[in-house]
Amino acid sequence: MNTNGGFDVDRLVEPDRVHRACYTDEAVFDLEMERLFHKSWIYVGHESQVPNPGDFWTTMIGKQRMIMSRGDDGRVHVLYNRCPHRGALLCPEQHGNAGKAFRCSYHAWQFYMDGSVRQIPVRDGYDNTRLSMDSPDARVKPAERSGSYRGFVFASLSADGPDLETWLGGARVAFDDMCDRAPDGEVEVVPNCFRVVQKSNWKIFLENQLDALHPSITHESTGVAASAVERDYEDRTGEKPPMSYGMLSAFSLPFEKWDSLETVGFPHGHCILQGYMGLRPRDPDTLEYEAVMEKAYGKERAQEILGVNIHHVLVYPCLSVQSPLQQLRAVRPLGADRTLTEIWHFRLKGAPEAIYRRALAYYYHVNSPSTMVNADDLHNFWSCHQGLQLDGGEWVSFHRNAGQDTETDGVITSVTGMSEAPMRNQFRAWKEYMAAGA
Amino acid sequence: MAGNANGAVSAETQRAVEQFLYRQAEVLDERRWDDWLPLFTDDGLYWMPVSEDQDHGEGVPNIFYEDAFLMDMRIKRISHPRAHSQRPPNRMSHVVSNVVIDAEDPETGDIVARSRFHVSEYRNDEMRHFAGKYRHELARTDGGYRIRLQRVDLVNVEGPWEYVLQYWL
Ligand code: FES
Ligand SMILES: [Fe+2]
Repeated sequence: MNTNGGFDVDRLVEPDRVHRACYTDEAVFDLEMERLFHKSWIYVGHESQVPNPGDFWTTMIGKQRMIMSRGDDGRVHVLYNRCPHRGALLCPEQHGNAGKAFRCSYHAWQFYMDGSVRQIPVRDGYDNTRLSMDSPDARVKPAERSGSYRGFVFASLSADGPDLETWLGGARVAFDDMCDRAPDGEVEVVPNCFRVVQKSNWKIFLENQLDALHPSITHESTGVAASAVERDYEDRTGEKPPMSYGMLSAFSLPFEKWDSLETVGFPHGHCILQGYMGLRPRDPDTLEYEAVMEKAYGKERAQEILGVNIHHVLVYPCLSVQSPLQQLRAVRPLGADRTLTEIWHFRLKGAPEAIYRRALAYYYHVNSPSTMVNADDLHNFWSCHQGLQLDGGEWVSFHRNAGQDTETDGVITSVTGMSEAPMRNQFRAWKEYMAAGA
Repeated sequence: MAGNANGAVSAETQRAVEQFLYRQAEVLDERRWDDWLPLFTDDGLYWMPVSEDQDHGEGVPNIFYEDAFLMDMRIKRISHPRAHSQRPPNRMSHVVSNVVIDAEDPETGDIVARSRFHVSEYRNDEMRHFAGKYRHELARTDGGYRIRLQRVDLVNVEGPWEYVLQYWL
């Protein structure tokens, strides 16, 4: 039994159901920040957000405000956004270029992009004091660990735990699939971050990402509307409607279609949903792109890359990635009932413009603040969070296809795409993190 | 298009443009969806860029960038009985002001007009507030003005969004 922080993890999480307190209790939230978000690897940003020396971008790891910066030596650093002098934020703005050094607005202590001291005014005032300029107390504190996988930067506020690649495990496919689809083997961020606040617990969002039963129900109105406009477009112009409409009309597919997908769960809560509608169209743009890919990789390898059939990857607890469309949503919990998502998309380096336009169309239709898709998801998340505060029941059900998953070497494969296996897998990891800190 | 830096449009034109802007706002405030698309030319666009510095909408991220087909899709969606986030529906109230006519084409009567807006939106027991500026490129037609391009710049465009926008501001 893991009794800690005034509650019992074993009693909150059962294999097929979890207690509502996991979502609504502020004490549970605080412990999650401490034991999960401040322990595991958390996505910080993409290296291309800070292409030049002096560039920085700020974000959050759990409750900590962090800076990702690029040093003169080209290296990327992850620092706490805190001046070691009297504690001011070093970068109050979201992003920018600090030039040679960060300069604190309060008393002008200056720091190189790796956080080391560059200059401190009235330095002799520190002679014979307990603060030495080369002590860690004088510099900006870096994250305990940071690392990059194919340009995607993660950091951990804990010195212990598996290294980044081991921790990512099977979820590396999110970044491999995205980067491999670029003829140059890497992606570049489009420097625009949509930030959308969800009025619900962060786990409700992650549980939705691989929920293949919900699209045709939650998004029915959009699916139906898009299908009608597709027909209208053809009638009125005599041409095929833009492919991007299909990203929306797909939501009107009967839910049996989504059942052909398959979910795979990895250690640490990561999961993937395999199968993608319309992944490999045969239009001239796609064919041109495939020719570029074959030139870059050779026919066999190119076909292997293009054949990867991923719909969605969850990097628990911080990311939802749609690699075939180069989209990424980072999860920043703000409180038990508030979650910020930072939404980015990427360009496949070396790919024709038309391929970028698909990522852009998805970014617009699904992920922008005018989304006709997430509007209904966010409504449902809010609605769940409201209902979970009621005494009308204590449990959240993840029973669908429970007991039917197959597990080999810690990798769990679901019997159907609509299984609630990904949610069960996330809570398995949640329980491990929460118990480990006790 | 001829410039009118000194505001040399007739009082009549000024008034007609203002009336048009007010009526457009009213269509949104009253959710008169049948009247929305006819406000635009057939190739009209509604555009809300992600930054005030943005000078084009094609091929770059936008908050809104919609032609008649996409606007029609949005109307069809919010009119669907199972558009969950429209139950209850949201309501808006616009105030449009500071209308300045930047240009009037002496031949066609086409207009470029700037204005400012405040919008309160109510939904699910909560009020939200939006403010910013409009830029309207209007075509003068037999049936009155129609929008070729409406650009909408929000003052807090890069800020975090509490929820999303379900239709146009
Ligand atoms: S608080 Fe930063 S220099 Fe004093
Ligand atoms: Fe959804």
